[in-house]
Amino acid sequence: MLVSIYRYNPEVDDAPYMQDVEVNLPEGKDLMVLDVLNLMKEQDSTISYRRSCREGVCGSDGMNMNGKNGLACITPMSAVVKKNKLVLRPLPGLPVVRDLVVDMSQFYKQYEKIRPYLVNDNPAPAIERLQTPEEREKLDGLYECILCACCSTACPSFWWNPDKFVGPSGLLQAYRFLIDSRDTATQERLAELDDPFSVFRCHGIMNCVNVCPKGLNPTKAIGNIRSMLLQRAT
Amino acid sequence: MVTQVTSFGRSGLYDWMVQRVSAVVLSLYTIFIIGYLLLNPDLTYDQWSALFETTWMRIFSLLTLLSIGVHSWIGLWSVSTDYIKATGLRFFFQSLCGLAMFIYVVWGIQVLWGL
Repeated sequence: MLVSIYRYNPEVDDAPYMQDVEVNLPEGKDLMVLDVLNLMKEQDSTISYRRSCREGVCGSDGMNMNGKNGLACITPMSAVVKKNKLVLRPLPGLPVVRDLVVDMSQFYKQYEKIRPYLVNDNPAPAIERLQTPEEREKLDGLYECILCACCSTACPSFWWNPDKFVGPSGLLQAYRFLIDSRDTATQERLAELDDPFSVFRCHGIMNCVNVCPKGLNPTKAIGNIRSMLLQRAT
Repeated sequence: MVTQVTSFGRSGLYDWMVQRVSAVVLSLYTIFIIGYLLLNPDLTYDQWSALFETTWMRIFSLLTLLSIGVHSWIGLWSVSTDYIKATGLRFFFQSLCGLAMFIYVVWGIQVLWGL
């Protein structure tokens, strides 16, 4: 199997390049892309990538496999390989630190901007802030995000304005706190988002939905934020 | 909150809403004009100019003209902020679009009312 991998070590290389590597895959097994990367690293230990849990929970090994973002550890080769070739690139749009490792600072900055924590001015009750099962249900499809950045780095609006557009991942989280019955900062949160960039740079092309390894729907969350902004202002 | 002074309404929500409302107006006008042309295959100049003489048609046309102005302004402003990274060039492009939008509106009114 031919694997073409993006290589760049800023200490040695003047420019990034694609390296073709022939990998011997074991017969009769459908390996995950991460397993193939591990096999490659056995041959060439300088190949760099992030990985941790190897089961799609930590979100470390987000990368671009044959043109589509995803988590290498839960993407079977059979799902991505075309014409017996696999092309591995780092997540698009973010600065490359080395090989498949990208600098996620910009992504985290946007996440920080939406204040990803509960804000509640009321005095804390003795035990905990209770929610009804219905209120809790509203968080389903939102809280599962693992911040792997597959969605935001698949979004052209995030590529062009990563400093101004919050991006699908950040907005999914923004909605997760907007809709939380225990959060009292809803109005302040909405006021923060009512500019031409933060939310409205989303043009609904749904690349985020297409790539999300957890099957979440940021476009729907963004639509809900828009509705909340509209209700607040009309 | 990202500050902006060159966008149409300076609020994302306002621009978004105006973009959608103007799109509806533009669609209705397009459907109307196409429908009118299809229903009147042997249209004469007199008939055509009589249509544009009516007050409701002038209101409809002016509304459409203004919709084209704001719709294209919001759209091109978005395009310019996506693709033109140099501030000077971006501002020049936005000014050019603003000027074009103004010219088309004034010119359109002149055509409609035949001043």
